[in-house]
Amino acid sequence: MDNLSIWTYAVVGATFALYIGIAIWARAASTSEFYVAGKGIHPVANGMATAADWMSAASFISMAGMIAFNGYGASVFLMGWTGGYVLLALLLAPYLRKFGKFTVPEFIGDRYYSQAARIVAVVCLILASVTYVIGQMKGIGVAFSRFLETSYDMGLYIGMGIVFVYAVLGGMKGITYTQIAQYCVLIIAYTIPAIFISLNLTGNPLPQLGLGSEYVRDGVASGISLLAKLDQVVTELGFKEYTTQTMGSTLNMFAYTLSLMIGTAGLPHVIIRFFTVPKVADARISAGWALVFIAILYTTAPAVGAMARLNLMDTIQVGPVGSETGNLLYEDRPDWFKKWETTGLLEFEDLNEDGRIQYYNDKNADFADTAKDYGWEGNEMVTVDIDIMVLANPEIAGLPNWVIALVVAGGLAAALSTAAGLLLAISSAISHDLLKGVFKPDISEKAELNASRVAMAGAIVVAGLLGLNPPGFAAATVAIAFGLAASSIFPALMLGIFDKRMNNTGAIWGMVAGITVTMLYVFQHEGILFIPGTEFMMGMKENWFFGISPNAFGAVGAIVNFAVALIVSRLTVAPPEHIQTLVEDVRVPRGAGAAPHISAALDH
Amino acid sequence: MTPENRADYWTANLKLLAILLVIWFIVSFGFGILLAPALNAVSLGGYPLGFWFAQQGSIYVFMVLIFVYANRMNKLDKQFGVDEQ
Repeated sequence: MDNLSIWTYAVVGATFALYIGIAIWARAASTSEFYVAGKGIHPVANGMATAADWMSAASFISMAGMIAFNGYGASVFLMGWTGGYVLLALLLAPYLRKFGKFTVPEFIGDRYYSQAARIVAVVCLILASVTYVIGQMKGIGVAFSRFLETSYDMGLYIGMGIVFVYAVLGGMKGITYTQIAQYCVLIIAYTIPAIFISLNLTGNPLPQLGLGSEYVRDGVASGISLLAKLDQVVTELGFKEYTTQTMGSTLNMFAYTLSLMIGTAGLPHVIIRFFTVPKVADARISAGWALVFIAILYTTAPAVGAMARLNLMDTIQVGPVGSETGNLLYEDRPDWFKKWETTGLLEFEDLNEDGRIQYYNDKNADFADTAKDYGWEGNEMVTVDIDIMVLANPEIAGLPNWVIALVVAGGLAAALSTAAGLLLAISSAISHDLLKGVFKPDISEKAELNASRVAMAGAIVVAGLLGLNPPGFAAATVAIAFGLAASSIFPALMLGIFDKRMNNTGAIWGMVAGITVTMLYVFQHEGILFIPGTEFMMGMKENWFFGISPNAFGAVGAIVNFAVALIVSRLTVAPPEHIQTLVEDVRVPRGAGAAPHISAALDH
Repeated sequence: MTPENRADYWTANLKLLAILLVIWFIVSFGFGILLAPALNAVSLGGYPLGFWFAQQGSIYVFMVLIFVYANRMNKLDKQFGVDEQ
């Protein structure tokens, strides 16, 4: 084993030991002081745990890669995944806390006085969560394939096994404190390389400022800002300008951001965290703390993305564009390049057989003639999976091995904590809401627990197998999950609080219509269950509805949901008196009562 | 708490929400997307301004919005006597 492997095993092993140790410790203490019923969890601690629960492989591994290759266009992720917390804090968290139940389907079932509504909510929740887990599986597969130097598929299988053990174990322990440790690991792992790289490229240690600072090469100031330099480097090779390239039309950017925001506020594994703080006032402020901890990563990510892109371009394009020795000799490729080649996530093909790597945009018609003059016969980096960028970044920048090892550990912490949270949400929906709540109310606690384990195993297998052919990068796959949550759960919750006249028929039809429209659109363009080749009704990019991509369609689904719910509810009978009183009561903080026991809630 | 009181409390709450959500919309969808190309003509440090709002500024504003909301609501709760003791 080389030095890097030893570091990686040591750091990954140490962090795992830490999580398990904390899980055992928190379990031992939970009977006495930590989880005294009603005491609940401090809002700052809850904010940190929420941040770990929330920031997944998509945030940690995938997002900066998305930013690196989509520049300004990837802002949809930055704004979407943070702006949703404003909606969550203002429109949902305090009221759901006041309501004081364990799960989201429980709220929907009670507010809409209907088992059918509860079942529809469970189905929506499972669809969104399983899709979300597929995205995590992609991230876990990438991290393990690099860590163990194996193929992506093999990395994915190993990851499935570890997630299963981890989620089952995590489900039995008080997970909040484990998640706080995971937050610390992942934020340190994310920011340390960013600080190093920012210092390297700009001399400014704060990545947030470094991105807007002057680009410095080998200690010599260049006279232009880093972003201007990046714009120049990428446009010279026929790529779109970094600071202005978009993701589809302005309308698509708008819909994409909206879908991610609404989805954030509708995801059950995040909402559940606000049920556990001591008071309604704490639920409000807790969302703020969660966002502060999330923002540390989210404001760093743009710098990580931009700097990774610049370093990658500089690695391959070593001299002036078009000069004979301007491109890196394949033989001279650095070690990180070779290691990622073994995963199959980075591939080179010498199209013009000159032994050098040409990496440029061969789809740019204006640049085609110039490239031909250089003797280039196409882009030779035939595969550059953008999900590798964050993990490869410290290696590309030549940072010490312990930093690289730390990033692998951070990526795994992010993926595992979220996968565990989601799997618990899925298994509790099946065992608690469906089995105990609807079909077999007299089920024993032990049988309920067993059912939840089976459900969890089933979810991992389904998500893992679908993860072999993910419908996109981790962040893009997760975006679809957000679309599903946005089009189903969020409108039902919001209308349940803000519209006293909303009845069960309206809510049910709204959820069904919203998620159906969204899912059909996604399947139409991405394939049924994301299986390639099963697209239908001309599922091509040219036929996108107003140019809105499937990943962004949750916004349209949400509008459909709101519209259908409002119309149907006004045409049918008003909710009974006691439900209207209940809604009035939810709107007032006083009398919230004790917080439910979080580990009890998650163990359900 | 009288029904009138309750209605007043809810109206005050909705008013606060409306103000905060308008700001939320302006910094993200407004400055970050719709007006971004125009704002990019101005630069903030080495950042084009529209790009800055999309990738940094809006996130800072979101945080402030939540803390302002929590603070104002606590005052409102006390004022109407509906805070938790």
